[in-house]
Amino acid sequence: MNTLRERLVAEPERFEFGAVPMHQFDLARREFFKILGAGIAVFAVAKDALAQETAPGSPSFHSEESPKEITSWLHIGEDGMVTGFTGKAEMGQNIRTSISQTLADELRVPFESVRLVMGDTALTPFDAGTFGSRTTPTMTPQFRRVAEAARNLLIGVAAKEWNVPPEGLVAADAKVTHPASKRSLTYAELARGKTLAQNLPAEDPITPATEWKIAGKPLPKVDGRAFVTGNHKYTSDIRLEGMLYGKVLRPPSFGATLVSYDDSAAKVMSGVTVVRDGDFIGVAAPSAHEAHKALDAIRTQWKEVPQVSSKEIFSYLKKNAEPSSNERFRHQKGSLEEGLAAATHGLEVTYNVAYIAHSPLEPRAAVAQFADGQLTVWTGTQRPFANRDELASVFHMPESKVRVIVPDTGAAYGGKHTSDAALEAARLARAAGKPVKVVWTREEEFTWAYFRPAGVIEVKSGIASDGKLTAWEFHNYHSGMSAIETPYDVANQLTQYHQVPLVLRSGSYRGLAATANHFARETHMDALAHAAKMDPLEFRLKNLSNARIRAVLEAATRSFGWPRKKTQDGQGFGLACGTEKGSCVAACAEVAVDLASGGVRVVRVVEAFECGAIVNPDGLRNQVVGAIIQGLGGALFEAVEFENGRITNPHFATYRVPRFRDVPEIEAVLLDRKDLPSAGAGETPIMAIAPAVGNALFDATGIRLNDLPLVPSGLGKG
Amino acid sequence: MAMQIEVNGKRCAVSYPPDTPLLYVLRDELGLTGTKYGCGEGQCGACTVLLAGAPRRSCQIPVSAAAAKPITTIEGLEKEGKLHPVQQAFLDAGAFQCAYCTSGMVMSSVVLLQTNANPKREEIVQFLQGNVCRCGTHPRIIEAVQHAAKMMQERAR
Repeated sequence: MNTLRERLVAEPERFEFGAVPMHQFDLARREFFKILGAGIAVFAVAKDALAQETAPGSPSFHSEESPKEITSWLHIGEDGMVTGFTGKAEMGQNIRTSISQTLADELRVPFESVRLVMGDTALTPFDAGTFGSRTTPTMTPQFRRVAEAARNLLIGVAAKEWNVPPEGLVAADAKVTHPASKRSLTYAELARGKTLAQNLPAEDPITPATEWKIAGKPLPKVDGRAFVTGNHKYTSDIRLEGMLYGKVLRPPSFGATLVSYDDSAAKVMSGVTVVRDGDFIGVAAPSAHEAHKALDAIRTQWKEVPQVSSKEIFSYLKKNAEPSSNERFRHQKGSLEEGLAAATHGLEVTYNVAYIAHSPLEPRAAVAQFADGQLTVWTGTQRPFANRDELASVFHMPESKVRVIVPDTGAAYGGKHTSDAALEAARLARAAGKPVKVVWTREEEFTWAYFRPAGVIEVKSGIASDGKLTAWEFHNYHSGMSAIETPYDVANQLTQYHQVPLVLRSGSYRGLAATANHFARETHMDALAHAAKMDPLEFRLKNLSNARIRAVLEAATRSFGWPRKKTQDGQGFGLACGTEKGSCVAACAEVAVDLASGGVRVVRVVEAFECGAIVNPDGLRNQVVGAIIQGLGGALFEAVEFENGRITNPHFATYRVPRFRDVPEIEAVLLDRKDLPSAGAGETPIMAIAPAVGNALFDATGIRLNDLPLVPSGLGKG
Repeated sequence: MAMQIEVNGKRCAVSYPPDTPLLYVLRDELGLTGTKYGCGEGQCGACTVLLAGAPRRSCQIPVSAAAAKPITTIEGLEKEGKLHPVQQAFLDAGAFQCAYCTSGMVMSSVVLLQTNANPKREEIVQFLQGNVCRCGTHPRIIEAVQHAAKMMQERAR
């Protein structure tokens, strides 16, 4: 980012030719070459499908706009360096590496000569956000198409130079060669002195996965050295000249309104700026401790209002569901009545799923600076352009005067869609007339961020004597629609999502409701298998014709050694499977229960995952293993507790997250389907772990657990 | 007279009040931002530094208590452009995702290997129990520590 800025100053404006209209981009082409220097540029425009589930009218699903036009572009400089531009953000999912691989692969250049500019509203194309496992399926084909076009441009330049037909030229190893005359020119030489640009519509990938040379390889994380040395600057590490530290005064409880306010003691403190704007109260001071002191000196009184508590949340959700006639939320096939009548076994169970917190280790943070009529905000967000638009709207500035930059971020997991910290830092910076940094405390993160919504899921089913499903009725209250429909073959079914007004501020989370819906479905399927006296794997395969899910089920169970014989008391085995967002997952778990104390330990997990053609098996393995471990938290013990409008466990000491001792032996089996397009992998690997563990606990103890988390304080004695 | 602390072998004057947690002095006053804020409560290990060779949560230590002892931060591990074996091992194993916990993990692991040259898996788990990785990179971190132990033993030979 700094290099680009420096180059903006250092690079003299150059003569341009071959003007191409580029009105659809924020960045004018003149500006583009000014920033990057001369060379060759290609821009792609693509239409893309809905990126993530949306439930209109329900703020809990943060009505994401579907990206209208996803675009990407790249530049080849006079030094041969290739720069790709994308509005996506790097948050640990390793897309900076995988996209660079794709670019290098298609452009036929070394991996090391590619770099990416990401998540900067002034430099990168519009992007709706980094969520919904959409980066790989959208960016991979687009960058391939862009790179292919750039290759052709380079061939065209060489053909003109040598006065030969372009058909006989070959682009490889960062140069264009004319085999007949044994002449060659490097990309750097070809780009020299040029400002050539081309627009194109993005279509399917050019090179099939079977011919990938750089993509498909387990290349290490780009800039890995900067992370092990502490040199990488996350948002919270940024320090600007004259920067102040901001703190926000939070209400004592959700929904509380300000009754009285006295900032006289804080206002007189040296270097301190106090802002009160409606119910927003914040301070900016030369240091964090001075900001704390100033905040403590502000006297406030609040009027609190009654709030629902976690003890009563599930009955509340059930009682307060909105009557919905929205057909979008309802899917029906066959006749439930007939299906239930044909059943020899019936089962009706209610499943509850608690609120959980993302709690990324880097809390929400932003640095805001007003200078020369422009607002620049560095912030760790998944939606830089939405943040920019919100800042522009709140501060009544044109979007062109607001720039949001996302440094590679200390994780998000779906939790950093909103612009809270950005707005707070900017509000304080405007009042103070100096740059301001706001970093949320862990307690703020656990309280004022948003959560994965709680939910109630009711399932009613029937099976025939041969173990075939005859009826399936599935109602989800509040938690969401992701993966709500069963992948199993059942002629008679009804699936419905029921909206409930928000209780806690809720939103996206890795996999969204797919975890809750898979937990309910796969726990239920396990109970049905036992009712039918069938092996859980056999029962699933009998009702499943989806070949991709069957393949991961077979791969996971093979590696796990299913069915396993128990060798000791308290040992249990369970499995679960599913599909979502174009990928498939199956997990097998082994648990050990201490029958005297009720202590639970997950001993081993084998998970098979298939997301089409694998772009980077090393990064994918990291995502899959990470999802299993993160999923174990929500499966076993994570739950946000609240009472009287307060979160009662807003610390790592009271909100338990998975730690080293909780981590089982893990085996990730990756199925590489080179014949299928690459799907995203950030979410689906988290879905199967909770039901697999719950089913293993049933196998170990005969106790069927129908709520998440399964064992927040063990199974209890006896 | 201004307080002084010794960080990575250099004396540094500190103007922040003596009860300021060391973490804020390192990050905000001295610009050593490799040490991370994760919770401010000593629960996550992201702010781990070495104080006279011992691993300490810098968010829990007033700077005054650190004044008489040498402090090592993540920035002090690299010597003449060469990574510490633990850093190199984390890099080789790809033992990070968002990498925000990495500084704390590396610092804790450096201490573990100073006191136990060849830790068993269970000993690594025990030692790093106080360090949170939210991305779930634990197996690779354990692998990295074992790999670092091997490198350090070979180097000592």
